[in-house]
Amino acid sequence: MTQQHGKKNIQLTSEHKHQLYFFMRLMREFEDTILRLYHQGKIVGGAYSGNGNEATAVGSAFALEKHDYLFPMHRDIGAHFVKGQTVLNMFLQHLGRANSLTRGRDGTGHYSDPSLKIYGNISNLGAMVPVACGAALASKMRKENAVAMTYIGDGGSSVGEVHEALMMASVMKLPLVLIIENNQYAYSTPIAKQFIVKKLSDRAIGYGIPGLTVDGTDVLAVYDVCKDAVERGRKGEGPTIIESVTMRMHGHAAHDNAWYVPKQLHEEWKKKDPVEQFEKKLLKEKVVTEKSLKEIQVKIQLEIETALKEAEASSYPSSEEVTQGVYAD
Amino acid sequence: MNKTLTYIEAISEGLREEMRRDNSVFLLGEDIGAYGGAFKVTKGFVEEFGEERVLDTVLGEAAILGAASGAALVGMRPVAEMQFSDFVSNGFNQLVNISAKYHYRNFTPIPMVVRLPSGGGIHGGPFHSINPEAWFFHVPGLKLVAPSTPYDAKGLLKAAIRDNNPVLYFEHKYLYRHIKGEVPDDDYIVPIGKADIKREGADITVITYHNGVHWSLSAAETMAKEGIEVEVVDLRSLMPLDKEAILRSVKKTGKVLIVHEDTLTGGIGGEISAMITEHAFEFLDAPIRRVASLDTPVPYAPTLEEAFLPSAKKVVVELQKLAAY
Repeated sequence: MTQQHGKKNIQLTSEHKHQLYFFMRLMREFEDTILRLYHQGKIVGGAYSGNGNEATAVGSAFALEKHDYLFPMHRDIGAHFVKGQTVLNMFLQHLGRANSLTRGRDGTGHYSDPSLKIYGNISNLGAMVPVACGAALASKMRKENAVAMTYIGDGGSSVGEVHEALMMASVMKLPLVLIIENNQYAYSTPIAKQFIVKKLSDRAIGYGIPGLTVDGTDVLAVYDVCKDAVERGRKGEGPTIIESVTMRMHGHAAHDNAWYVPKQLHEEWKKKDPVEQFEKKLLKEKVVTEKSLKEIQVKIQLEIETALKEAEASSYPSSEEVTQGVYAD
Repeated sequence: MNKTLTYIEAISEGLREEMRRDNSVFLLGEDIGAYGGAFKVTKGFVEEFGEERVLDTVLGEAAILGAASGAALVGMRPVAEMQFSDFVSNGFNQLVNISAKYHYRNFTPIPMVVRLPSGGGIHGGPFHSINPEAWFFHVPGLKLVAPSTPYDAKGLLKAAIRDNNPVLYFEHKYLYRHIKGEVPDDDYIVPIGKADIKREGADITVITYHNGVHWSLSAAETMAKEGIEVEVVDLRSLMPLDKEAILRSVKKTGKVLIVHEDTLTGGIGGEISAMITEHAFEFLDAPIRRVASLDTPVPYAPTLEEAFLPSAKKVVVELQKLAAY
């Protein structure tokens, strides 16, 4: 597979690289904690893991500014953190507590936080792409100079609503960046059963817009192509499709042990672990040291433990409020 | 000052006034721009508001409805047009899973309006004639309105645009140019969730909306000649349903006929009937009866469509049964 990168025209400082690493590591540690809680029976619903997707989630969102709109999917927890979401709020969401952003009405990353311009997905895959178009349209109408970034999996990219949204976005030149997270499997269905094109970014040809494929395990490469796409959107040049090729290292959700994934395939991708890969690179470049890595790890652990403690001490919503909020005032 | 407008003119005028009043209101839909819409509701709008506020979209109902939801989420007030209400099924997912649920799960409002040209009697056949309100009546989080007069059409549309929820606005195609009425020059709204007594009477209550109001009023005239006074309750809003107005009238007359153009089985008449028996059973002097379209797709040939649809005559037949009970 040929991977195209951005033009490497964006110079990231050591500080930026530190941040990228921090968010990727945070995503990994947070999700590992969620999976542990799930197996302890403490998560009321499902638990999804974005293990293998850290570079994609973090690298893409890192290309956004504060005023940009983020429409993340269920394997993009890192993108929420990049956009400014707190670890505490994410735990509260997963634990369905009264003081979560959805007041216990929904779980996982299914929430919105307009103060951070994060608009959570719904479970019907593909449905949020037209909605992200709507935000991009509003941005264009109000001359906000903001882009909308959204995501879809290889599986969800088959959904008709995605096609309709891309038709609209391309013809209206909307500032939309669609990242197709090609992580080899839609639940248990391998990509061979889903499409016969070589690259999902080739779909862009049909819309007359740029389409790029990037190594989704390389955070700098992801950041680069996303930064370019965001700039294109800002300049009024319309939408971009970015296919980020990666691997879903865990099952579809915590209940699924992914027995259908060939061992060898899993092993091959394991060597390309996005977090480990980036860590090695930073050590080699002397951006970090073993000591500073340890410090980051300690900081993350502390943040997770503190937030989890607070989240677990929070109560569930009272049953009386079940009917509240069906309609806005 | 009042003026006389057709039902369709009232809709256009309501849209225009709200667009002038509030810059965040914009329109999107198929062929609504330069062409002015399939029914000409938005004729001349591009000239006044420009292409950036009257958006001709690609042919894709999910794209239209999704974009409306997304723009509303971030503070705009979109009015999306479905060219025919039948086509809303292509964007069903957007409405029932995003527009309807977003506020409950998130407390983030989605102030949007979907205009749905509905109804038969125009020889549109199976795909240009349906009344899809029952599909959405069952979805918490959506509001549904269905005006029967120019006054209500304009007032409900203005209220829908100002409402902070997704409102489905069912406009009846047969009424577009068949119905004229008085509309004030002044700014006014018709509150969502409030029924209107279109005719007072002490003997039988008819609960209806949309085109049903006109069949029922005509039937009430016929019954009056027989000495039976029929009260016609025009729901105007289907969700929220004005239960108080319904029950007040039922308790007054003790006899109930529900009339709607949507097909009988699973139409909203069933829910209204259940609600009445739960809350006013002891006031009833007769079984609740219903007049609705037959349980078939909407047929094309005039003879078939006439057999399919309710009519003033069919309403009279049921009213006579109730009067004799």
